[in-house]
Amino acid sequence: MSSRSSASLLLIVAFPLAVSACDREEHHSRAKPVGETVPSGESPQTIFPGSSSPPPLDVRAKLYDNNANAISQGQQLYMQMNCVGCHSHGGGGMGPPLMDDEWRYGSRIDQIATTIAEGRPNGMPAWRGKLTEDQIWDLAAYVRSMSGLPSKDAVSSRAEEMSGPTPQTLTPKPEPTNSDAVPSQ
Amino acid sequence: MKPRAAIPAALAPLLLGGCSYQHYQSIFGAAAVEDRQFLSLFWFFLGVCVLMYVLVIAFLVLGIARRGRTADANVVETGRHHTSDPAMRSTLIGWTALIGIGLAGLAIASFVTDRSMAEAATGEKLAVTITGNQWWWDIVYNSADASKTLRTANELHLPADVPTRIYLKSNDVIHSFWVPSLAGKQDLIPGRDNDITIVPKKVGIYRGQCAEFCGVQHAKMNLVVVVEPYPDFIKWWEHNLQPAPAPTTPLTLAGYNYVTTGPCSSCHNVGGTPASGQIAPDLTHLASRKSLAAGSMPMSKGNLYGWIGDPQSLKPGSKMPTIGLEPDQLHAVVAYLETLK
Repeated sequence: MSSRSSASLLLIVAFPLAVSACDREEHHSRAKPVGETVPSGESPQTIFPGSSSPPPLDVRAKLYDNNANAISQGQQLYMQMNCVGCHSHGGGGMGPPLMDDEWRYGSRIDQIATTIAEGRPNGMPAWRGKLTEDQIWDLAAYVRSMSGLPSKDAVSSRAEEMSGPTPQTLTPKPEPTNSDAVPSQ
Repeated sequence: MKPRAAIPAALAPLLLGGCSYQHYQSIFGAAAVEDRQFLSLFWFFLGVCVLMYVLVIAFLVLGIARRGRTADANVVETGRHHTSDPAMRSTLIGWTALIGIGLAGLAIASFVTDRSMAEAATGEKLAVTITGNQWWWDIVYNSADASKTLRTANELHLPADVPTRIYLKSNDVIHSFWVPSLAGKQDLIPGRDNDITIVPKKVGIYRGQCAEFCGVQHAKMNLVVVVEPYPDFIKWWEHNLQPAPAPTTPLTLAGYNYVTTGPCSSCHNVGGTPASGQIAPDLTHLASRKSLAAGSMPMSKGNLYGWIGDPQSLKPGSKMPTIGLEPDQLHAVVAYLETLK
């Protein structure tokens, strides 16, 4: 056997070892133990004016940013907590759109989490105390995904929730109530 | 293994048949018309198949015993049946006819059972809507009178001898409604209407189970089904329509304040209080139910403490978050929830 073919044989045998490098994404179903959460009323200062150097990213960001589970949980909460009522499905309405590239209070996940937790002027309510910190960060992860900021392998192509109306094959046929519009026989 | 030991060993699996806990969750429960129809079909199929199997084995044994009696002993199939003796010919014709009759019998029995099950679906007296969620059952008793419409969760009460139509919906992924003692499976499909009709016959408590893999806590998506006489059922319905009792002690008042203003109220509804979330199980009469967290554990004070204190360690991945309550808050919340009889 030539040295070249034995080298390629070694490569083939060693190839499965590369699979061990495929790190499974961590699934954080449990929030931090009691006592490690940020005390209520104390929020990170995430907004700084001017071009001074921004504060370091919150340590929790790496648990939620680009995390598929956090994004899909956040997507369910986005509907359930009626974010849709003002922001629509990202297109905005009474509230600003979330799927564009304009971020009044910052596009970093910790900045978005602070916006959700503490609220913002002109209508955004504070969710601290109404949602857990874990849920707020899940929502922030999803909000970021609406403008395509997380990597594509973390976002889901199919939501674990109902979206859109019932299929048209199931749409009931009501009798028209406005009889004026129908020519009478 | 000695032959003498082999016989009990071969028969041992039959003992497993005795392991059904009073038909709590068993297809042999026969607690409803649907399951009885299914069971009679099952026994008919079993009888026909056992008869045919025994006949095949008997003729095989006979054939082996009679080998060597014919001249061309090593020929398996001569292809000269028309020349074989009349006894052999009529046996073969009879055997073929038996197979035809058996298969036709199975087909007819299956068709008739299917038809009669479909007919049972027409005589509806009570309508219940069950919506599957990850990982619990939302149950609504529909009534033309809106004030009588009852919403509860994870515990289905059915009146005996009353045909109940259960409308099945899903809020997220496909689930499947399966109470083996009462009826077969029926899927809950998001965006589609599905239903199943059950006529319970035997009073008792049964267990249902989601029968379609629906996510990490699929195994802990259970349903308690209580079949009770009609007057008891109406009493239960009337009782559950009542709003939650007002807190009477300082401790339960503190719990009431936390539940109605804290994160609980974002998802849970407690009838007659400001807590009106609609995306999690209704808590109005939580303490009167037999189980907690969709049949994951029995209802008890200790389990309430465990479940509310750290749900993610008991049911990891469930939508109930670990809130991180302080001990005095936890005492108050459990004390309040225990009053929700």
